[in-house]
Amino acid sequence: MIKLEKDVVVIGGGPAGLAAAAKVYDNGVEDVMILERDFELGGILPQCIHNGFGLHHFGEELTGPEYSQRFEKDVEERDIEVKLNTMVLDVSPDKKVFAMNKDDGAVEIQAKAVILAMGCRERTAGAIGIPGTRPAGVLTAGTAQRFTNIEGYVPGESVVILGSGDIGLIMARRMKLEGADVKAVCEILPYTGGLTRNVVQCLEDYDIPLKLNHTVTKIIGNDRLEAVEITEVDENMKPIPETSEIVEADTLLLSVGLIPENELSKKAEVVLDDRTGGPIVNEGRETNIDGIFACGNVLHVHDLVDWVTEESQIAGDWAAKYIKGDYKRAEKIEVKAGENVAYVIPQSIELEAEDRKRIPLYMRVSTPLTAVDIELYADGEKLYSFTEPFAKPGEMISVPLAQKTLDDLDEVSEIRVDIIEKEGE
Amino acid sequence: MLEKQTITCVACPKGCEVTVEHDGDEIIEIMGNACPQGADYAKEEIVAPTRILPTTVRVKNGALPLVPVKTTKQIPLEIIHAAMEIIGEKEVKAPVELGQVIVENILDTGADVVATRDLPKKIHV
Repeated sequence: MIKLEKDVVVIGGGPAGLAAAAKVYDNGVEDVMILERDFELGGILPQCIHNGFGLHHFGEELTGPEYSQRFEKDVEERDIEVKLNTMVLDVSPDKKVFAMNKDDGAVEIQAKAVILAMGCRERTAGAIGIPGTRPAGVLTAGTAQRFTNIEGYVPGESVVILGSGDIGLIMARRMKLEGADVKAVCEILPYTGGLTRNVVQCLEDYDIPLKLNHTVTKIIGNDRLEAVEITEVDENMKPIPETSEIVEADTLLLSVGLIPENELSKKAEVVLDDRTGGPIVNEGRETNIDGIFACGNVLHVHDLVDWVTEESQIAGDWAAKYIKGDYKRAEKIEVKAGENVAYVIPQSIELEAEDRKRIPLYMRVSTPLTAVDIELYADGEKLYSFTEPFAKPGEMISVPLAQKTLDDLDEVSEIRVDIIEKEGE
Repeated sequence: MLEKQTITCVACPKGCEVTVEHDGDEIIEIMGNACPQGADYAKEEIVAPTRILPTTVRVKNGALPLVPVKTTKQIPLEIIHAAMEIIGEKEVKAPVELGQVIVENILDTGADVVATRDLPKKIHV
């Protein structure tokens, strides 16, 4: 077996891994290697051929492949070592990474730091248990996206989409443009899980109906899907049988959520957060295991790749500091998700940093709200608040916590964020 | 006739609800936009909505059978399907380079259809 030693091993060559690796390198730690299981870099971006990427990070609108290629180029220009077609099988808490590929066979890499950037995967039909038969034609929206945009097969002619996540909305338009009859997008919740711009540009532009409070209650068909039963749900998300209708379709796409892919993290004894499905991290994106960092969709599912990039650069910065020994821990401050907040990343603040101006706190609301106050508290005392016209679960909020605010506090043990609808509006 | 329409601005992911008061193509007032882009967008949505069209083109001897493409600028929403027909008939030879023009001045819009990634030739192993 080949045995290697590396300062930093990055697992996953998608947007998170690419940005993290380049940042590690730019901080003077050049002995960094990316392990990627696909035949090329970019992760999911090469199949996300639509535009809308990069508005935050580059101030211009790019497609997924264009966004990806910029970061691939960054890695290439730095001569960062990349192993493609390489599957990582195990990561140990002492940072031994076991991987396999066709050229090297089995490889063991002893890393000083590991950056987990494995991304996420889609929730499948099995995970949501729709009653009925199990014909062909029921697939996740991302699989359909790969067939349509990479492999060159449009997977059906008449389509129903369950779930209004972004990939579902994007695929509604894509299938429509490729000539399919897209009959409806059903969403069990009273609001969409996708970005507003996708509802407008993917559904409204093409008169595709968005059926809120609706779900698929039956799959019908033997060899191939023939129809689905669509039913309205009540406020407890229970189907109302008398509202059922049969809709003929040969394809059912599922866009019912993404799950951070943390099998390797668990092997490394990384502790996960039930709310995010990803590791619990400090503001450097370091997990409970010393020197193991996590960023991107493996940490929490992002709606914009721009945030993935920002987060991964943070992880890259701190992984480099860790290698160089510029890494000091202070007293740990817990960061808590308060009222109407589904989660906050990072879950703690504990690193001493020079010339840091602010720490971005990433969060999501648990329910859609209008005219909100975003309030920060330190041990129950209000630090400051600001208002936003609305907050939606589908759109991550980044709240800057100023370093000066932190410095002015002494002996604080908890920062809490509440997001509250202003009264009378 | 005076009309009021509320449009969700998609100039950025913020998604402002912009209300436009207009008389046909004549804009009277625009409200609710957080930035000037919102006003431009809302006006355009009323007068003539336009979109970037991202899709794919078949590739001969490519590492992948398709290469993603987009229009270099927004084209009228109403001609999107016509543009898809033209792009659907195209086939290019690998290698393809990011930015390579696949269709010039599609439907006289002034927009080119360009590749959005590099795609090398297929390697036979």
